Amino acid sequence: MSPGSPDTRPPGRPGEDEQLWEAVADPSRRKVLDLILAHGQATPTTLAAELPVTRQAVTKHLAVLARAGLVEAHRHGRETRYTVRPERLGAAARAMADAAQAMAAAAARWDRRLPAIKRLAETQATTTTTQPPPQR
Amino acid sequence: MIPDAIEKEILIDAPVDTVYRVITEPAQISQWFADAAELDPVPGGEGRLTFEDRATNQRMAVRLRVEAAEPPRRFAFRWDYPDGEQPHEGNSPLVEFTLTAEGTGTRLRVAESGFAALQRPEQDKAAYIDIHDKGWDAHLASLHGYVTRQS
Repeated sequence: MSPGSPDTRPPGRPGEDEQLWEAVADPSRRKVLDLILAHGQATPTTLAAELPVTRQAVTKHLAVLARAGLVEAHRHGRETRYTVRPERLGAAARAMADAAQAMAAAAARWDRRLPAIKRLAETQATTTTTQPPPQR
Repeated sequence: MIPDAIEKEILIDAPVDTVYRVITEPAQISQWFADAAELDPVPGGEGRLTFEDRATNQRMAVRLRVEAAEPPRRFAFRWDYPDGEQPHEGNSPLVEFTLTAEGTGTRLRVAESGFAALQRPEQDKAAYIDIHDKGWDAHLASLHGYVTRQS
């Protein structure tokens, strides 16, 4: 999209980050993550028992989380147990915290800049346009 | 959608052309944005903003590159990218101004985006502890706050 040379882009971005963001943007999926964290590991069945959603819905959430690298599946006989990958979870949390901080700072700066732009423009509008009165 | 943009707007009692000049002319940029500004406000044009820290008398220069210049409706640039690099989605925020005539005035909207892509992946352990302490919702609530509270 941007004309910058793509080979200067850090590896793994931004597609990977987007997957992370999308994975944790959904409150149900965060609940799934929280439950797996609380129990250490969980199966779709045990998760569905604790959530107001079907086992199929849980399975879909787990698939999104797994694609983002946030959880890992382990087969034990007939059931699949899921564990959280702490390093990826940490990366996601860090990304969110950093972005939130940067956005707070940026928002505060625009709160100062926009009124300054307004003042400048309005001063010029009154001094440069020796307005003939509008014809009704 | 990734919640990583802030949006703000303001209604200005001045024509769009005047507002466009305020946001694109270096002599004016130095009055609302930086302490000094050099800029060629055409697509691909490069520039530099200089900020002075009055407490320490130190100067800091930040580069920018114009991504879109469509007077008097739209002006966009990337800024604050590392020395020796070209600006792109992963290394610099994108600032986009949109100007709309409203009565005899102008509605000026600004969006700054690309914060999520700027994160650095270190300190994962600290973040892992943090997430246990505060939970996801605290992080997301602050993010969504910035996205939805604007305007």
